[in-house]
Amino acid sequence: MTKQADERPVLSVSGLDVSFSTMRGDVKAVSDVSFDLKRGEVLALVGESGSGKSVSTRAVMGIVRGNATINARRMELAGHDLLTADEEQKRKLRGRVISLVFQDALSALNPVLSIGDQLGELYRTHLNVSKKEARERSIELLRSVHLASADKRIDDYPHQFSGGMRQRILIASAIALKPEVLIADEPTTALDVTVQAQILDLLDELRDELGMAILLITHDLGVVARMAERVAVMYAGRLVETGSVDDIFRAPSHPYTAALMASAPRIETVEKLEPIKGSPPNLIAPPPGCAFNPRCTHLGELCTKVRPELIGDLPGRSRACHYPLVETAHVG
Amino acid sequence: MSAEPILEARGLSKTFRAGGAVFGKPFQAVKDVSLAVMPGETLAVVGESGCGKSTLARMLVGLETPDEGEILFRGAPIKRDRALRRQVQMVFQDPYLSLNPRRTVLDIVAEPLDVHGLAKGAARTARVEELLTAVGLDPAASSRFPHEFSGGQRQRIGIARALAAEPSVLVCDEPVSALDVSVQAQVVNLLIDLQKRLGIAIIFIAHDLAVVRAISHRVMVMYLGRAVEEGGADRVLVTPNHPYTVALRGSALEPDPARARLARGKATRGEPPNPVNPPPGCRFNPRCPRVTDECRTNEPQMKRHTDAAGLSGVACYHPVQEAEALSA
Ligand SMILES: Nc1ncnc2c1ncn2[C@@H]1O[C@H](COP(=O)(O)OP(=O)(O)OP(=O)(O)O)[C@@H](O)[C@H]1O
Ligand SMILES: Nc1ncnc2c1ncn2[C@@H]1O[C@H](COP(=O)(O)OP(=O)(O)O)[C@@H](O)[C@H]1O
Ligand code: SF4
Ligand code: SF4
Ligand SMILES: [Mg+2]
Ligand SMILES: [Mg+2]
Repeated sequence: MTKQADERPVLSVSGLDVSFSTMRGDVKAVSDVSFDLKRGEVLALVGESGSGKSVSTRAVMGIVRGNATINARRMELAGHDLLTADEEQKRKLRGRVISLVFQDALSALNPVLSIGDQLGELYRTHLNVSKKEARERSIELLRSVHLASADKRIDDYPHQFSGGMRQRILIASAIALKPEVLIADEPTTALDVTVQAQILDLLDELRDELGMAILLITHDLGVVARMAERVAVMYAGRLVETGSVDDIFRAPSHPYTAALMASAPRIETVEKLEPIKGSPPNLIAPPPGCAFNPRCTHLGELCTKVRPELIGDLPGRSRACHYPLVETAHVG
Repeated sequence: MSAEPILEARGLSKTFRAGGAVFGKPFQAVKDVSLAVMPGETLAVVGESGCGKSTLARMLVGLETPDEGEILFRGAPIKRDRALRRQVQMVFQDPYLSLNPRRTVLDIVAEPLDVHGLAKGAARTARVEELLTAVGLDPAASSRFPHEFSGGQRQRIGIARALAAEPSVLVCDEPVSALDVSVQAQVVNLLIDLQKRLGIAIIFIAHDLAVVRAISHRVMVMYLGRAVEEGGADRVLVTPNHPYTVALRGSALEPDPARARLARGKATRGEPPNPVNPPPGCRFNPRCPRVTDECRTNEPQMKRHTDAAGLSGVACYHPVQEAEALSA
């Protein structure tokens, strides 16, 4: 159904740190985050609210807001070194090579421009085409995201569309220049489930057609299961487990990943839910040792003393835990 | 469970005007909705945004006056009876917006005690501390302000406030929708636990079918202001009969890759329609895969019967049968 992902990474990030200086102290929003996104693959970044998903990807896009300090060992995008690129070079990469879709389509679209003008503008500035051609291309683009009666609605303004339609328009503007990487930050969180299903189908389709890699940010494990091949789990600004979706959902090895899955309700079964006790830590003064230790039920001696490093055993699989869960062999 | 409903709504309708109270176009946010909940029972109301869930909830607790229909508490019309009103309390969706940021937790939780003159001075403080303990918070929290708490903790404060007046029915409007799953489960378990201890009935409004499954005994599904299906949670969620419930069920993703991938390429077509101009006939007809001419002209009525789980019914000319629902 979907094309096999190519092995070369199109986006490679290593040792990313982002901190915000605030009146209460330094917020360590992202610490030592590393990942590779391969061509054509969907990598999901999951974690609870505030775990650093959006800040990590905004740092890659070069659009972090606020008083931030950003450091990384490596940040490469399709052969371009983002650490040495100047603002002008980065601006050119945004849209053409990498682009972003947010949760809140209404605030991401310009309320005083018709959608035809907004999309046309992209073509005119980046591809230098005539006004007429830009308009034709915009209509074509809106058709490709299945916006009903695209030719009639091109002169409408964002507020005249439903939430699902606006999300299609936002996706259209993100893929207009056929980027190699699409960062989708909670692209369906604000939508109803039947509309979410339409948008996820659309992302699948665009990925097949354009060979785009997608970095999908979500807190919804069902969306991860539906969309992604690989998953990276974040907790308190750090990656705590990475691996293939099939492996991790079958047998999570980090206690946080396991607890997150156990807490998710399911339609088919009516078992008592198993919440994770407490809440995520304060990122100004995270607990010593493993940041998950106040909530962990698998605690050992080292947990409050030494911070576990993210280490891998099998290729592509890693976790940051002193006492990872072992896969129990299934009988039969 | 006793045979008499603790709270019943008969034929509730509410019309608003879109785009201004005087010149706006009228539309029915809730149309002819009836429901009944038994003591100690949880009835979930599910549906997508704008289908009228919150409007229904606000009518049930008296924050909104129905244009038509009536609400009965143990068989007696509630109307403006304050003593009866007290029996039905609301928990709001957004723990960030529903708590006054300038008041202490003590004053927030004590609000129903003050309004109904139920306790003063030391008794008031003691009652608040008891309520905070009941919802799993440290009683010392009473001197702090809402911003000092996480989302899950704020939702506990909202529940403590709703319980202060010793209601027999809690109407919870999307109480866990704004919370992360790990914390969502804490609040769901708290509600289940309180229900067991206090015997309260719960009307649980949600759009997430999996959460609904964890907490509810019975489920009512709404679409564009109408109740389209109701019945025991097992029947409605596992083998739905209404094509819209089937679509909702098919779109709900679970943390199981093999199962979730089955949903690929199967999205229900079409946009949710504009409530100002609902389609004639069945309101779901423009998106329904089973639509026939009859559906486009006549609006199907809910036919109810009683089964082991209580009232059960579906408003559809061509309901989906069990075997089909499973393969959809
Ligand atoms: N401009 C800023 N100033 C100070 N702190 C910030 C700023 N932006 C983000 N943070 C903090 O950084 C941390 C990570 O935020 P981020 O937005 O990446 O979380 P997230 O994982 O995307 O969460 P959500 O699921 O809620 O979108 C949070 O603790 C947040 O409060
Ligand atoms: N006070 C109001 N004035 C006008 N329209 C309203 C008002 N309250 C709700 N509505 C509209 O009524 C419909 C149902 O709303 P609501 O009950 O909040 O839906 P839900 O809770 O199911 O998302 C929506 O179209 C909403 O915009
Ligand atoms: S390192 Fe210790 S506290 Fe952290 S997840 Fe592993 S077992 Fe739990
Ligand atoms: S009445 Fe007709 S259009 Fe409506 S849900 Fe049933 S089959 Fe579909
Ligand atoms: Mg975010
Ligand atoms: Mg609502």
